[in-house]
Amino acid sequence: MNKTLTARLFGPKAWGFLLAFAILALIVVPLLNLAVPGSSPLHVSTYWVTLIGKIMCYAIVALAMDLVWGYTGILSLGHGIFFALGGYGMGMYLMRSIGRDGVYHSDLPDFMVFLNWKELPWYWQGTEHFLYAMLLILLIPGLLALIFGFFAFRSRIKGVYFSIITQAMTYAAMLLFFRNETGFGGNNGFTDFKRILGFSITSPQTRVALFAVTAICLIGALLLGRYIVTSKLGRVLTAIRDAETRVMFSGYNPLPYKLFIWTLSAVICAIAGALYVPQVGIINPSEMGTANSIEIAIWTAVGGRGTLIGPLIGAGIVNGVKSWFTVAFPEYWLYFLGLIFILVTLWMPRGIVGLVGQLRERLRGKETQA
Amino acid sequence: MTLTRTLICKAGLALCLLAGSLLAQARPSPELVMQIATGDNDAKIAALNAIAASADSEARPLLEALRDDNLKSLAGKQAIIYDGETATDAITGAKLAKVPEELDDVVTNNRVTSALEAALAALDITSTDRDTRLQAVKHLQDSPDPAILPLLDKALTTEKDSEIATLLRYTQASAQLHHPDKAVRMAAIKTLGDSGDPEARQLLGGLLEKDGASYKEADGDVRLAAQHAIIAINHHLKLGEILGGLFTGVSLGSILLLAALGLAITYGLMGVINMAHGELIMIGAYTTFVVQNLIRTHAPSLFAYYPLIAIPIAFLVSAAFGALIERLVIRHLYGRPLETLLATWGISLVLIQLVRNIFGAQNVMVENPAWLSGGIQVMSNLILPWNRLAIIAFSILVVAGVALILTRTRLGLFVRAVTQNRQMASCVGVATPRVDTLAFALGSGIAGLAGCALSQVGNVAPDFGQGYIVDSFMVVVLGGVGQLAGTVYAALGLGVLNKLLEGYAGAVLAKIAVLVIIIVFIQKRPQGLFAVKGRFVED
Amino acid sequence: MEEYTPFGHSDYQTIIANIKKFSSEGKKTAVISTINGDSNVPFYKELGNQGIKATDVPVVAFSVGEEELRGVDTKPLVGHLAAWNYFMSVKNPTNTAFIKEWTAYAKAHNLPGQKDKPLTNDPMEATYVGIHMWAQAVEKAKSTDTDKVIAAMAGQKFKAPSGFVLEMDAKNHHLHKPVFIGEVKSDGQFKVVWKTPGPIKAQPWSPYIPGNDKKKDEPEVKK
Repeated sequence: MNKTLTARLFGPKAWGFLLAFAILALIVVPLLNLAVPGSSPLHVSTYWVTLIGKIMCYAIVALAMDLVWGYTGILSLGHGIFFALGGYGMGMYLMRSIGRDGVYHSDLPDFMVFLNWKELPWYWQGTEHFLYAMLLILLIPGLLALIFGFFAFRSRIKGVYFSIITQAMTYAAMLLFFRNETGFGGNNGFTDFKRILGFSITSPQTRVALFAVTAICLIGALLLGRYIVTSKLGRVLTAIRDAETRVMFSGYNPLPYKLFIWTLSAVICAIAGALYVPQVGIINPSEMGTANSIEIAIWTAVGGRGTLIGPLIGAGIVNGVKSWFTVAFPEYWLYFLGLIFILVTLWMPRGIVGLVGQLRERLRGKETQA
Repeated sequence: MTLTRTLICKAGLALCLLAGSLLAQARPSPELVMQIATGDNDAKIAALNAIAASADSEARPLLEALRDDNLKSLAGKQAIIYDGETATDAITGAKLAKVPEELDDVVTNNRVTSALEAALAALDITSTDRDTRLQAVKHLQDSPDPAILPLLDKALTTEKDSEIATLLRYTQASAQLHHPDKAVRMAAIKTLGDSGDPEARQLLGGLLEKDGASYKEADGDVRLAAQHAIIAINHHLKLGEILGGLFTGVSLGSILLLAALGLAITYGLMGVINMAHGELIMIGAYTTFVVQNLIRTHAPSLFAYYPLIAIPIAFLVSAAFGALIERLVIRHLYGRPLETLLATWGISLVLIQLVRNIFGAQNVMVENPAWLSGGIQVMSNLILPWNRLAIIAFSILVVAGVALILTRTRLGLFVRAVTQNRQMASCVGVATPRVDTLAFALGSGIAGLAGCALSQVGNVAPDFGQGYIVDSFMVVVLGGVGQLAGTVYAALGLGVLNKLLEGYAGAVLAKIAVLVIIIVFIQKRPQGLFAVKGRFVED
Repeated sequence: MEEYTPFGHSDYQTIIANIKKFSSEGKKTAVISTINGDSNVPFYKELGNQGIKATDVPVVAFSVGEEELRGVDTKPLVGHLAAWNYFMSVKNPTNTAFIKEWTAYAKAHNLPGQKDKPLTNDPMEATYVGIHMWAQAVEKAKSTDTDKVIAAMAGQKFKAPSGFVLEMDAKNHHLHKPVFIGEVKSDGQFKVVWKTPGPIKAQPWSPYIPGNDKKKDEPEVKK
């Protein structure tokens, strides 16, 4: 452990890639979108900026999932709840900043007017302040994960049991958010946002800014993840994944380790959700659907569990293909998605990253023979 | 509702005195026929009530034509019965030489339909067929009209069947509540007190209402008797409600049990997380649908029995799919439960899309055959639907069958052996791969059975299985993995608990509460209700 | 009495029992059902088997049409009501042509389910009208630019399969449509028992909810 931090995190080549990505996302794409005229073939349209921004949000979620599943062996089938809570937190702020420009020109969000509510519920108080809303985005999902995780891990619920109860929790939350009385817009959720921090939410500049912020968060999450998995803490986590009983017999209490990574993962997820909502322009309870949460797991599996770059690749590829497939052959999308699930688990247990590794080894083997 | 209907009946009574009674036991008068064919809804109802009071059997063709939408009017001047081939004049009964071209439908709304049913019932009350009489008296009970009293008296003198006679007496009593003779009223109230019928309570309540300063029922004794009768009825109804609530819980429990039982085998005993379980249920339901259609077109005489025929076929089809899934995918994933979960989720997506491409995305119609339609009237406010009763019985049979297979057959022995210690079982010569396939096929086949049963209460659509997967897992996990008895208790417990909470808090909150209770419960007992006792090495 | 269920709810025993109890207390009872989609099937099955007939407790549904009834045995449901702006059973030349076109399309494209039993319903009709009006507006605006098309939409007219010429309100862009109330027939079609004389202007705000009288039916003109 006497290497410098930078050297510990990545090799020089990986740092190069990261720098290239940062330049691409923070300078090249914004320039191509804003400065290059729409007629030019080099122009990147706002549609693409939003789409890639959205996929980057998914990539952050996949990364968060990988920290708990790939590194610690805890499969959550309810990560959708943290993503959605983050999104709802941001959504509350965005709803409040519509101000009186809604359809009904009221101080209250439109859906409350629609339900004939006269004043803001208490939990909406203060959400017009951006910083407070940001705090909520971090704290609420974090607290929920902490409490849920504490009880679950203390009872030593693991494996499939844990997966199932996370699913139950998210399902229950979805039902709760579907109710109008819960105060989050029922099944319509929040939409029709106008501005964020005073900037119009639909303007290309805001879009690009959100895109850039998402890219920064993605890089940040990657660095943080890398920092954790290369640390001593990371070793313990991997050990818990591989043989929890032995870890206990070696004198470690797995509870705080699991709890830490679980809560962290939830918070990262929530940040992704908060970034997702202003770009997509809507948040509703379907984000907590069972299928969504399971899909998160497949992004991670497709890319390669237990590597940090894998989930990013997985989320990118699956969602990229989805965007194309659901337009080109909507009939066959489910076949494709289903087959990915089956093929990846059967023949690519280490995902795309693992596959590339295998191919490389095989090539190298040939070279040495020759 | 009954009150307004009685008012309308009164109007009909006046008319009946004018037109109907003079011509009783003859063809219905031309005025009545024209009123039915061309009058507005109120006129139609008045005319129908007049016919009901006269119980004029000659009116039957007219009423049946109206019921079957065969009564037409020609330019508002002539009433014609047209059965699709021949047209006859509804008044004279003469056959028309040729079918007129511009026949207008006689439109009936729900109020007219209900008057029509009462009129037909008045005719049927003297039918020789017991079921027809029973149906008829039930209809009449809905609209007790003093005008039909003579009819009821006559029917009572000849009625031998005790059930029908009782109903007739209740109807008679309802119609006698305003009888001028106090003794008759008192007797009627006493009879109604025993009926336990909410409609009767309504009628009795009417006696206690005030009409201006004075009570509608002037006699204090009669009012007191009515109050006692109402209390008696309320007790009866309360009992019915409690029993009904219990039944709904058990019924939901039996459905959960059927849905989860297959999973209890594949997951509980074999440790395979089968997310495609819901789709195996769906395949069972679609198999039932196909069997239904085939029988309808090729052997209509067997239609009533199609669910029975579909049961083994649904089992086999789902079992075949299960075996295929096990061979192709799950086989390669034993010992990797989380991967199995994802792979089977993928399978479920493929199956959903496959069915969608074959049958379409919309619901398909699976009909209840006659013997599974309707319900048995246990109490006046408690009907137990046949389809739910059948499912409860069916789930008991299936559980018994599974228990027999697991404890009394060679396959069951092998399955339990492999569950307990795969290596050891393999060492003593059990062909574990074969046992795996068979056990998985068994679990899948039971899912197919569940689909067959569910098609009788719910909708059948490509993605309907997804609605059951979360619930099924909850049942299995709550019951304790590897424990059939636990699954049974968990399913029934969840069903009753869910329905109990739904009564207080509504469906949404009840569902949320149940999920939260499960989560909390698993914290307390991570191994479920019935944990396997003993020491196990984890992982 | 107002009750809600989760989406995809499939067990209506308790709710039906409550309806029965309510109606047995002597109040004149009707059910307004806003149940959407698949849940209608278990709802109506339970309704039929619990012996609730339309003559006693009529159910008026806002989202049950021909397509939803496809999955239900309609015999026990005869007489229950639905309110729509179009029924397949409406008789007029435009509708006959519309149904014919759809039947041919379903056959030609081998649509599962539809090819054996083609059904049209209100949402289909609405989409059909919508896309034609959009096309008309595009032709009028000579552009597909969103804002220009929106402006050209105002006042568009189209002869709809419901048998009326529908017009888009020039100010609030709601469609003026006729309203039909139909009773379920045993073949899964509807018998129209009530209809408006012609298309009526949409009223976005129910006048029966207090406080709505101040809300305007038409938006203020954008500056």
